[in-house]
Amino acid sequence: MSASVVVTGLGVAAPNGLGREDFWASTLGGKSGIGRLTRFDPTGYPARLAGEVPGFAAEEHLPSRLLPQTDRMTRLALVAADWALADAGVRPEEQDDFDMGVVTASASGGFEFGQGELQKLWSQGSQYVSAYQSFAWFYAVNSGQISIRNGMKGPSGVVVSDQAGGLDAVAQARRQIRKGTRLIVSGGVDASLCPWGWVAQLASDRLSTSEEPARAYLPFDREAQGHVPGEGGAILVMEAAEAARERGARIYGEIAGYGSTFDPRPGSGREPGLRKAIELALADAGAAPGDIDVVFADAAAVPELDRVEAEALNAVFGTGAVPVTAPKTMTGRLYSGAAPLDLAAAFLAMDEGVIPPTVNVEPDAAYGLDLVVGGPRTAEVNTALVIARGHGGFNSAMVVRSAN
Amino acid sequence: MSSKTFTLDDLKRILREGAGADEGVDLDGDILDTHFETLGYESLALLETGSRIEREYSITLDDDVLSDADTPRALIEAVNAHLSAVAAA
Repeated sequence: MSASVVVTGLGVAAPNGLGREDFWASTLGGKSGIGRLTRFDPTGYPARLAGEVPGFAAEEHLPSRLLPQTDRMTRLALVAADWALADAGVRPEEQDDFDMGVVTASASGGFEFGQGELQKLWSQGSQYVSAYQSFAWFYAVNSGQISIRNGMKGPSGVVVSDQAGGLDAVAQARRQIRKGTRLIVSGGVDASLCPWGWVAQLASDRLSTSEEPARAYLPFDREAQGHVPGEGGAILVMEAAEAARERGARIYGEIAGYGSTFDPRPGSGREPGLRKAIELALADAGAAPGDIDVVFADAAAVPELDRVEAEALNAVFGTGAVPVTAPKTMTGRLYSGAAPLDLAAAFLAMDEGVIPPTVNVEPDAAYGLDLVVGGPRTAEVNTALVIARGHGGFNSAMVVRSAN
Repeated sequence: MSSKTFTLDDLKRILREGAGADEGVDLDGDILDTHFETLGYESLALLETGSRIEREYSITLDDDVLSDADTPRALIEAVNAHLSAVAAA
């Protein structure tokens, strides 16, 4: 048996709530953070809705030295990391620097910062480009800045696999803890709601062009027509279970199992890789399908992808045999931030014995899923499965289990 | 072209704009001979500071000016030496 790895701290920055409490109250209350873009004028673009993190003023949380060198994504990640560490009761300055590491996921990097510097480059000249552009845009910058701010000199890294990355980073963090590092800060925060980031997302052809916030992102619904992007995510403090217990930490639960696969090439006729990823995660957790109390779906809201996900779930669990939810219908898809936020929701669901709802969706019976709609559902939740798929063929699945 | 002078106040303004100020460092205190590193400015912050000075004063500083001038006094003197050289030309 490999050593158990647990989560002891959660830091959340979501479109429907800044901070864990706000996010969870909104999520159980069915409050959505999706609306018309305000950070730039979306009139000229085909998609105009997004999940924006409300009320975040970086200067209230971070020192001025960090502001000129950080993208919004990194500012959100740094603050979420601060909150996660505080939630875990960990004071990094009291720990051995080399016994703490950082592994985050990133799907796009600091697009808004990069856009600003590119604009200066072409309109004013190279001497106007910030020296901090050398790293502020970079995928690994959240890991780097969290490491520096907290003096964490242990294993560090970044995973780039679109939305699957949020789980892949947590899995990598678990590996590093099993190899001997006591604590890893992990998870993911993405934020690229700027014109440059927006056109990059439009290129996927998977964005909903609806202008109605309540009709735009409808996974497993007959009217599904793509997703609404959002910004934010969650940062998790992960520790070796033994170390966490020794210091008397409150434990949200265990990262019990993980599996990832890559889809076969299009047109091969072979089965998509999602079912296998779920089976690998269950096997890794030593869990039977019947042990899973709830599934947090990837919920692409592209009919073909919804079908693949529903078929995988029905093949593993039996048709309609497990409650499935997609609280991301209230935030939009957060790319690297999505799965860590779902992990946070799964731990909070275990804590309170309640499954958060999927909002606005009228489930298409053809999918055969027991989708939790209409409101939160009371249930004993001891084990949850979180699914995340990345554009281009990434499938990841993670099983989490309550501490008791 | 009238000659300009680069003062400590100019430097502090550019440092704050380009790189912010560390908590626990009083830029308004007696900092002329304090090393930039002690003030919380590492090489990248000084690179950014140097490029802002160059833009604002239309001068080009040699690469080694920024690495050699490790205190505000040394940097101010180096920049003013450039400014008077430009004015004299």
